[in-house]
Amino acid sequence: MSTTNYIGKPTSRVDGPAKVTGAATYAAEFHVPNMAYGWVVSSPIAKGRITKVHADEVLAIPGVLEVFSHENVPGLAWFDRNYKDDVAPGGSPFRPLHEDKIKFNQQPIALVVAETLELARYASSVLRIDYEEEAHETDIEAKRDEGFEPGRGKSGWMPPPPPRGNPDKAWEEAEHHIEHEYVHGAQHHNPMEMYGATVEWRGDKKLTVYDKTQGVVNVQNYLTKIFGLSKDDCRVINQYMGGGFGSGLRPQYSVFLAVLASLELKRSVRVTLTRQQMFSFGHRPHTLQYVKLGTNPDGTLAAIQHHALHETSQFEEYTENVVNWSGMLYQCENVKLGYQLAKLDVFTPQDMRAPGAATGSFALEVAMDEMAAAAGIDPIDFRIRNYAEEDQNAGKPFSSKRLRDCYHQGAAKFGWEKRNPQPRSMRKGNRLVGYGMAGGVWDATQKKAAAKATLTADGKLQVSSATADIGTGTYTIMTQIAAETLGLPLEAVTFKLGDTDMPEAPVQGGSWTAASVGSAVKSVCEAIGEKLLKLAQKMEGSPLKGASPDEVEFVNGQIRLSNNPNEAVVIRDVLQASGETRLETDTSATPNLLKQATHSMHSHNAVFVEVEVDEEFGTVHVTRVLNAVAAGRILNPKTARSQVLGSIVWGISMALMEETIMDHQFGRYMNHNYSEYHIPVQADINDIEVLFVEEEDDVVNPLGVKGVGEIGLLGVAAAITNAVYHATGKRVRDLPIYLDKLL
Amino acid sequence: MIQQSSTSAAQAGGVAAPPPTGTVRLTINGQQHTLQIAPWTTLLDALREYVHLTGTKKGCDHGQCGACTVLVNGKRINSCLSLAVMHEDHDITTIEGLGSQENLHPLQQAFIDHDAFQCGYCTPGQICSAQGLINEGRAHTEEEIKEHMSGNLCRCGAYAGILNAVKEVVDAKSSEPRR
Amino acid sequence: MNPFTYSSATAVEDAVRDNASHEGAAYIGGGTNILDLMKENVARPTHLVGLNKLPLTAIEPTPEGGLRLGALATNADTAWNEEVKRRYPLLNQAILAGASPQLRNMATNGGNLMQRTRCYYFYDTATPCNKREPGSGCGAIGGFNRIHAILGASEQCIATHPSDMCIALAALAATVRVSGPNGERTIPFEDFHRLPGNTPERDNNLEPGELITGLDLPAKGFEKNFSYLKLRDRNSYAFALVSVAAALELDGDTIKDARLALGGVAHKPWRDQEAENLLKGQPATPETFARAAAKVVESAKGYGSNNFKIELARRAIVRALKQAAEGSQHASDVFLNSNP
Ligand SMILES: Cc1cc2nc3c(=O)[nH]c(=O)nc-3n(C[C@H](O)[C@H](O)[C@H](O)COP(=O)(O)OP(=O)(O)OC[C@H]3O[C@@H](n4cnc5c(N)ncnc54)[C@H](O)[C@@H]3O)c2cc1C
Ligand code: SF4
Ligand code: FES
Ligand code: FES
Repeated sequence: MSTTNYIGKPTSRVDGPAKVTGAATYAAEFHVPNMAYGWVVSSPIAKGRITKVHADEVLAIPGVLEVFSHENVPGLAWFDRNYKDDVAPGGSPFRPLHEDKIKFNQQPIALVVAETLELARYASSVLRIDYEEEAHETDIEAKRDEGFEPGRGKSGWMPPPPPRGNPDKAWEEAEHHIEHEYVHGAQHHNPMEMYGATVEWRGDKKLTVYDKTQGVVNVQNYLTKIFGLSKDDCRVINQYMGGGFGSGLRPQYSVFLAVLASLELKRSVRVTLTRQQMFSFGHRPHTLQYVKLGTNPDGTLAAIQHHALHETSQFEEYTENVVNWSGMLYQCENVKLGYQLAKLDVFTPQDMRAPGAATGSFALEVAMDEMAAAAGIDPIDFRIRNYAEEDQNAGKPFSSKRLRDCYHQGAAKFGWEKRNPQPRSMRKGNRLVGYGMAGGVWDATQKKAAAKATLTADGKLQVSSATADIGTGTYTIMTQIAAETLGLPLEAVTFKLGDTDMPEAPVQGGSWTAASVGSAVKSVCEAIGEKLLKLAQKMEGSPLKGASPDEVEFVNGQIRLSNNPNEAVVIRDVLQASGETRLETDTSATPNLLKQATHSMHSHNAVFVEVEVDEEFGTVHVTRVLNAVAAGRILNPKTARSQVLGSIVWGISMALMEETIMDHQFGRYMNHNYSEYHIPVQADINDIEVLFVEEEDDVVNPLGVKGVGEIGLLGVAAAITNAVYHATGKRVRDLPIYLDKLL
Repeated sequence: MIQQSSTSAAQAGGVAAPPPTGTVRLTINGQQHTLQIAPWTTLLDALREYVHLTGTKKGCDHGQCGACTVLVNGKRINSCLSLAVMHEDHDITTIEGLGSQENLHPLQQAFIDHDAFQCGYCTPGQICSAQGLINEGRAHTEEEIKEHMSGNLCRCGAYAGILNAVKEVVDAKSSEPRR
Repeated sequence: MNPFTYSSATAVEDAVRDNASHEGAAYIGGGTNILDLMKENVARPTHLVGLNKLPLTAIEPTPEGGLRLGALATNADTAWNEEVKRRYPLLNQAILAGASPQLRNMATNGGNLMQRTRCYYFYDTATPCNKREPGSGCGAIGGFNRIHAILGASEQCIATHPSDMCIALAALAATVRVSGPNGERTIPFEDFHRLPGNTPERDNNLEPGELITGLDLPAKGFEKNFSYLKLRDRNSYAFALVSVAAALELDGDTIKDARLALGGVAHKPWRDQEAENLLKGQPATPETFARAAAKVVESAKGYGSNNFKIELARRAIVRALKQAAEGSQHASDVFLNSNP
């Protein structure tokens, strides 16, 4: 029996006690002596030029230290490449306070620094700035015909594959066909913690930067390139992050401004954004999608056509994979996919939880429901009839795909058989009841990552990597992996992250942390294990003499022979006998590209939803959601379940509430707060549940994990939309489904 | 060409100097604190920036999220929409006053057990709010607890865990013998 | 937020005097609205008179057989007060339908009446707004006006009054008691809030420096047949798109007396006495309710994104009256949004 097998076991968060007691310290909370406060001034116009910043009036207030703007910011790095962060899209990155031009509403145009927070806030409110306003364009409707195909996008973006078969003819000749437009507006990530950075001036241009980010390494690279700092002098730390959802993949202007002020004033500085300013940067882009589907008499898909157009800024070409999924989720010989961007006077959009896929799966999966209805087939049957056994985009088999089990197990657990296929046929009291389903697919990615491990004579193991835990459970699963690999009790292992002094890891996003950092942690612990074994073999009378690493196992604080568990040595004794006080090593793990090149690697899900709709008022209550997920090995069912539950809440939000509303008169988002940008509250959430379908995969990575941060969101909004149709007979194709759309 | 100014407040450059700070005495988690702050300091900023009790979070600064929830004389409030000077003779309890990592409050333990958080940023506010709910003693059923925990947003969507955690402690309280 | 001085008053006269002696002074009750607006630089008082030590927190019977709500009693204490629950359950439910438990613990009854509109443009100093800056224009007309008025609006302003509590107070025909530099007076609730007309900067008829000291509820509480119905974009912690306070006095199936007030539709709590008259003396049937509802929205006008409110209001009125007639709503410690 092993008591140190932790992988796959529900495990409470190891950072839980710190978080529930308020002891976990977030970026804008570090207390450093002699700190000044910066407050960001945002542009009130969408486009134009700053003609004058009346800084002198504000500088006259006692306690105000400086007003930074394009008028006085010193010459910084000149080339675009210095401002390109590791995950920047194509184009020319925005440079805060660089020039007099205003390119988007709420652009940061000045930073007021003062002795206290209150003073900085006040002084920024009375700073007069003169502008010359120019006509702006923020409405994608006006750019419908000006879409263009993006050039080189950011890493991870794939242009849609070329058409296959004869999609136009096949659609024309199909037995049944549908074509519709699907729309959703802009959405902002809105993590609970607002962006902020505390920059500690350690003298002589040496900085410690506590910054809210999903990747400390990316921020360090960005800052050192712009401000000409050496990496040693610019340590970036972020141990806890109050949510990211993609908004912290790229460095935020708050950290740029805080570092700028610190270097200029030779003083520690804190800059925190306001909730309103949380609407001043990247967002899920407003997207228009057009889908055409056709079926053959046997209910197989004759043609799939999916076209998307979304906004980007005037200066960068933000790209995400919106339509590609439609060429791989279902088997179809005639497929045409199109993807275009339109430039508007807005800030560059930014990856937001399941970027592209959340958008694309909404359109495709609602269209599939419409198609199933038109062809008179049950929506699950329809999907199974068109099940893709291989990825037709890539012409490769899947490394694993248990989507069929998601359909079957999910439907059984949900009680899909109780669904009367006829819309408006089910009722509960005076409410209409509807069942809907949908699903999705997401990439399983592994990136290069490194980790370091130190085992000390007291039997304690410390493992570290410059990754992040944005609430995903990184701390906990890495602790589990390390403990299990070396057979140590969980309490003997500490995992640290979020510090550029640690071995490098990629930004946390794309659901790749478990696979990437997990593989590195496993590999570094195995390296420690080999060292331990060598030392153990040197012990007097060691039962392990001559054993190769494959012949031993690390379990219950011991190293023992796999075929004879009674022959064992205690790990702590090994170190003590050897006289070493510590064993230390670092390694990195890289994906096995050879193995992976022959496969298409993805996670899948199927979502089942019950809604109740008050017909007179159009109010939708999502009474039940079951999300069946096949995502490889689940390292920690407790934290993984939470991620999927969170995705369900996000899906409810996307379907019914979320939309950042642009007033084109002013080119400004108007519901820029938590009161009018609605996300669900406790009272909106009813019975939500997760079902993990077992899935083994030895291609994706040595751990067999695919990541669960994003897959759970896919299909939720579509399933709700489909359930609303089933309940009411009304098909809504533009999100969110506000009550008025059902009146 | 439109000329406009971002603010009409600072007419003709006449910007007033702020009035001096004053002494404010606060009792936080049973401890007295004497602060030298301006009257326009919110209770939330006083806690976070002056007393360095950063367990109380700022999620919006406008009463719209509940992250800043603290207990004042046992009642839950949003500390971001309250001035520190308004609380001179009050008993303020923050998350730090409820329990510690070594000695967790039942709500804190229940939040861990039910995985009632992810990023943890809304969590201190949720827990203080739940303590306020328990003090009020007016929400008992799931439906009632859901409504009375709705002043606390959680962007990570940990609502299912939060509900279970709060319900567990509410139920345990109501089965305690009354004194 | 601009700098200000702060003083705390312990007597009504001191508060009024202190307020009058400072140019640009304002009262602060719970602070949940004024501090919000100050952080947005919409309100810029130079001096705040703290009211929370005033002896105005009591809730006690009036000589006329009604109930007096102290201006400084919190919304939570008012909603949960046993007399309020027993005699004015409509008020109990309306208060609990608003804001959040935390905010209701802070918000005062006086402050609730005085809270300003949630119009996006009013709150955002980068956009024009006649209410915030008279003459600057109205961003909402021709803009995004989902939460705006359909009744009684003007060409200057289409904002709504956001309160829930006030809708019940309007239906119950409360009286506002005020104290000012020129002494005390009372204002019928109907006359307290204003329509925007050409002076959208004025929300109500309080004179400068006047302090609300209390609210008097008349004896009649409609405790048997009432409904507070709130429709919004999520199930809690959101302002009303449309809300309805309906109260009936029934004699068998016949409506003896009726009250009908709407929230989320106008610059003031919208009580419609003509519609009430259409109900009185009539049988409590869907047809009667529909006639009253049609009357209320007869003069309604949409401004684009809020057009839907006209039909929504009509349906909500019918439903609320039906619920009131059924007597299906009761006083409770928790408002459950389960109806809609
Ligand atoms: C996020 C959020 C959501 C909300 N949701 C709702 C909702 O759904 N429904 C709802 O009804 N309300 C809602 N509210 C509003 C809340 O009810 C009001 O903010 C509150 O009632 C105001 O009371 P207060 O005592 O805090 O007022 P304060 O902010 O202290 O004062 C408001 C105004 O009234 C003046 N004032 C205060 N007291 C007096 C007095 N006695 N005499 C004269 N003037 C006075 C002040 O000078 C100030 O101008 C919400 C508020 C927030 C922040
Ligand atoms: S509706 Fe009224 S409050 Fe809103 S912008 Fe227009 S004038 Fe201002
Ligand atoms: S920070 Fe106070 S409610 Fe959001
Ligand atoms: S746990 Fe992240 S916001 Fe609630």
